[in-house]
Formats: sequence, C-alpha cells, structure tokens
Amino acid sequence: MVGIVIVSHSAKLAEGVVDLARMMAKTAPIAAAGGLEDGSFGTSFEKISNAVDEVYSDDGVLILMDMGSAVMTAEMVMESMEDRKIVLADCPVAEGAVTAAVGSEAGSDLEEILADLEQVGTQKKL
Amino acid sequence: MNTEKLIAVIQKIGTKIEAEKAFLTELDNVIGDGDHGINLARGFGEVEKKLDGLKDKEPGDVLKTVGMTLVSTVGGASGPLYGTGFMKMGAAFKGKADVAVPDFLEGLQVAIEGIMQRGRSTKGEKTMLDAMIPAKEAIEAKWNESQDAKAAFAAGVAAAWEGVEFTKTIAATKGRASYLGERSIGHQDPGATSFTMLLEIVAGEV
Repeated sequence: MVGIVIVSHSAKLAEGVVDLARMMAKTAPIAAAGGLEDGSFGTSFEKISNAVDEVYSDDGVLILMDMGSAVMTAEMVMESMEDRKIVLADCPVAEGAVTAAVGSEAGSDLEEILADLEQVGTQKKL
Repeated sequence: MNTEKLIAVIQKIGTKIEAEKAFLTELDNVIGDGDHGINLARGFGEVEKKLDGLKDKEPGDVLKTVGMTLVSTVGGASGPLYGTGFMKMGAAFKGKADVAVPDFLEGLQVAIEGIMQRGRSTKGEKTMLDAMIPAKEAIEAKWNESQDAKAAFAAGVAAAWEGVEFTKTIAATKGRASYLGERSIGHQDPGATSFTMLLEIVAGEV
C-alpha cells in the first residue's frame, strides 16, 4: 500500500487529518508530521523524515502538506532520500488525505492516487 | 576570509540574531506568523554548538553544516530558505581555503538562485530576495569599480536596507504575508530585514 504523510505546522491539525482519513480507510499506512519536536508550531525535517520511514514501502510515499515551510521542508526531506519513491501532492490537505487513504487501502498505485488528488483541488463543494 | 574568520563571523551573526530576536518576531507578528526571530535564534543557537568541531574544515564545508543545521532546527520557512542559501554558497566555495570578494559574489549569486527555486519566488514579492538581489548587484558594481572590499560591502549593506524599505511599499505575494495581500503594504519584510542584519555583520569583518 502507498504510504501517506501529513505535514502541517500544527501537530493537532496533522493528527486530526490522519484521524479523519482513518475513518474512511482504517488500514491505510498514514502518519502525521505536525509541529516541532517541542510541540510548538512549525515544520520539522526530522519529524517528516521519521514519518516517511514509518509508512515507507516499495509502493512509495505521498506527502500532503499545508503551506510555506511545510512545502519547502517536505521537499528537502524528499531530496535527502533520493533513492526512494516519494512524491509531494499539490492538493487540499484534509480532502486529499481522505482521497489518498481510500485509494491506498483499495490498492491503487502511487500514480493513480496522484491523478485522483489532482481532481481534489478542482472539485467545488457548492 | 579563512575558516577561522568565517567561524568568528558566524558566531557574531548568532549573537546579533539572538539580540534582535524580539524585533524580528515583532515584524513577523504584524504580517506573518510571528516566529521569524524565535526560529532563526533557535537555528543559530544550534549552529553555535557545532562551530568548535568545524575548525579544521574548509569554509565551504562550514557553510554546508550551517545550512544543514538551519534546515533541521529552524522550523519555519527561514529554515529551508536560509539553509538552502548557506548550502549553495558552501558548495560554490568547495576546494577554497580562503574566500575572496569575487568568490563571495559567486556564492551569493548561487544562494540567491537556490532561494528563488526553493521558495518559487522572485524579486518584488516582499521577501528576503528584495534585499539580497540589490545587495549583490551593489557589491559587484562597487567592487568592479574600486576593488575596495570595505566600500563594496558598505554599498551592499546600503542597497539591502533600501531593499527593506522597498518591501514596505509592496504587497506580499509569497509566504504567510500573502494571505494579507494589500494589507501587508506599509510593513517591512522580516526576511529582508534579517538578511540585511547578516550582511551587516559580514561587512563589519571584511
């Protein structure tokens, strides 16, 4: 199954998004990397690296992130693991996490989930 | 500038950032997420702990370690941005035991390019680049004209402060401040400010 990492400035937000995704897909490998080591707001290179390690398999890992340093730090983690299949997904975090988790649990591969995630950003709610 | 001098400069930068922590954070409180000074001070505090172990390294390797430490410990956008800048500059200095003004200019240029790429940003978006790019151009122009390092860096610092002033006149289109849009006008960019402080320290040591 494709692994999923949720990166946010907020530990609560990252964990909440993981919980939300698990409601739909209990067995999908999904890990939260929110906030800094001391619990304060920010994005941690180490937390993201550890989360990737936690859910990594040959099927690869998708990273979903909020804004700013979350994007840049996730990108640097990806660059530090050149030999691994890791992709950053450009999509809304909460809706994207649900889509990705459902896809992963259903056995979709990384490219298929990524194609689904591209639709997530364009879907209107109303 | 050799490794010994470079380490002394980095120590001074750390002291300066620690002293300006509250001011930089206050600037960021107004148009950002209020962590710029705190984050940079945490990063340079961790850098400080590593400097003793770097005395036998080349200047380029020192800067690489500084960059990697900032990436791992800052926690905000200034981590990947300054981190990328220091690492790129370090790579440009590879093999050099002493760094002269033309080397610094080359290093600053690749740092600017790395930061532009990392932040997907360019000049005029109310970021550190609005201080960095004019500073580099001013140092280069003055150096080419006079071959006087002190005068060149003084011109660079003046241009960087002008860049900081310029950031007050424009709306942010990158970073957290972009969420404020037009409401960010009138406030100076914290990243442009901290870069100018760093450059001032370097200028005082050439």
